[in-house]
Amino acid sequence: MNPAIAIKQKWDTARFGKAEAQALFKALLIPAVGLLLFLGVWHLGAQQVDTSLGQFPGPVEVKEQWNNLLAEHRAENEREAAFYERQDARNEKKLAKDPNAEVRWREHNRRPTFFDQIITSLITVMTGFFLATAIAIPLGICIGLSNTAYRALNPIIQIFKPVSPLAWLPLVTMVVSAVYVSDDPMLAKSFITSVVTVTLCCLWPTMINTAVGVASINQDLQNVSRVLRLGWFTHVKTIVLPSAIPMMFTGLRLSLGIAWMVLIAAEMLAQNPGLGKFVWDEFQNGSSNSLGRICVAVLMIGFIGFLLDRALLLLQSWVNWDKSAVVR
Amino acid sequence: MSKTHLELTQVGISFPTPKGPFCALQDVNLKIKQGEFVSLIGHSGCGKSTVLNIVAGLYQATTGGVVLNGREVNEPGPERAVVFQNHSLLPWLSAYQNVELAVKRVFGRSKSRAEMREWIEHNLELVQMGHALHKKPDEISGGMKQRVGIARALAMEPQVLLMDEPFGALDALTRAHLQDSLMDIQAELGNTVIMITHDVDEAVLLSDRIVMMTNGPAASIGEILDVDLPRPRDRLALADNADYNHYRSAVLRFLYEKQRKVEPISAKRSAKSSEKSKTHHVA
Repeated sequence: MNPAIAIKQKWDTARFGKAEAQALFKALLIPAVGLLLFLGVWHLGAQQVDTSLGQFPGPVEVKEQWNNLLAEHRAENEREAAFYERQDARNEKKLAKDPNAEVRWREHNRRPTFFDQIITSLITVMTGFFLATAIAIPLGICIGLSNTAYRALNPIIQIFKPVSPLAWLPLVTMVVSAVYVSDDPMLAKSFITSVVTVTLCCLWPTMINTAVGVASINQDLQNVSRVLRLGWFTHVKTIVLPSAIPMMFTGLRLSLGIAWMVLIAAEMLAQNPGLGKFVWDEFQNGSSNSLGRICVAVLMIGFIGFLLDRALLLLQSWVNWDKSAVVR
Repeated sequence: MSKTHLELTQVGISFPTPKGPFCALQDVNLKIKQGEFVSLIGHSGCGKSTVLNIVAGLYQATTGGVVLNGREVNEPGPERAVVFQNHSLLPWLSAYQNVELAVKRVFGRSKSRAEMREWIEHNLELVQMGHALHKKPDEISGGMKQRVGIARALAMEPQVLLMDEPFGALDALTRAHLQDSLMDIQAELGNTVIMITHDVDEAVLLSDRIVMMTNGPAASIGEILDVDLPRPRDRLALADNADYNHYRSAVLRFLYEKQRKVEPISAKRSAKSSEKSKTHHVA
């Protein structure tokens, strides 16, 4: 046999099919090309912009700052571990000398790193979001079930829905300072202000979507409920809630997206620890690294927002009765 | 057996529209005996479903009223179970759970847990669904869904079973099968049944009486036909039965001669050319 033909045959069988190649191309290569293009434009564009804090950071500088932030986080962890080690050693020594000696345990005064700020932000946004959900879903169900309640609440919802968090914040701040008075507050005032602002802004999509979902229940199912004379509670539990779940989750996803956006603004202005404050502090700091660090925060905010949305989707496919439904 | 069980007296209903009230039904009078199987037949839009919904209590009659066992009907209730046209099972519950919802409402106090379970399974087996107790409605065929819907209604031990075109959405074979099951079940349990149908054969095969309705608006009962065929009825034997064919043609004559809904196209055309405004009125 001609060796050239043999090689060609081998090549043909080894090469995977055209269809697979296309699928791989679509799934991986195209997004990768898009990403690379974006990085290129960013890199070139950044070189053209000179700010008072130096050149606008390109992808390389941002990656550098990311490494710096990671290193700072590790250093802080080490400092904290070393502090407790020293304290333990000191106290043990004291107790060995005199078992009745009075020993003091101090908390390490940790300087919050970028990653600590992320955790703080997540706690704040989740608190606000859960508070909003706890208000919005029951109210949404009531509005959906009762035309009277809908007519009564609709104007209020429509007026408050478009209000920007920045407009709420001064009012919320003043009210929280006036109402939440305590000598030894369990929660910081700035935390409460941020949470309340987040709640006020992300309440509406969940409420409206729940109401629409509840109001559009299949008439036949409502007739079933009437023929069976189901009680109000059973009616809501077995008929209303399951039918409204898809709409409810649409609302929840919108709400969580808004909550995360609002939180950054609220943290900036309320000076509540978190990503918003991190950005603001870097801006005020004005070192040559600041813009790069802010860029890291911007990308992180986007990435976390994406993860939050995915988490809700996962929850939806877990809660939803219709397992075949396509969620996206 | 012979005393009046369910009575509709001068029932009429009108719905408010922007152009004033629309009278859908009027002067419907009907007496139904215990254990009787009554079919309502008529062209679509003639108010058959409205009659059924009034008996079910889902609609309120504007005039007249419905009396069941000496008590007036003015709200829905499980003693008048409804089998809906498109099964109306809750898609998030399994067949068993769908029936359970009804059984819990009706027998929640009088039956123990074990008894309820037995009763649910018994009813699902009655409609030959014992093999798919824990399937969700999405996982079973249309005929099976309708079976579960019937089981749910039967499990309430209703005094009257109301069926709104229960087999309308099914293919002919499945329909025939379910009609036979329904005849067996009704012979066994002796329920009073009111069934809406479009199907002349179905009406004659299943019913003791066929109530034929006139066309709306302001529809009413046109004729009532007593179907005096011996039970149990067998569809194959009846196909050549003279009485059966006589009843069948009586219903057909009512629907296509006396209450013709659609003008023949040729007649329509000639009428249109001669007198335009009148055609509009007829159509």
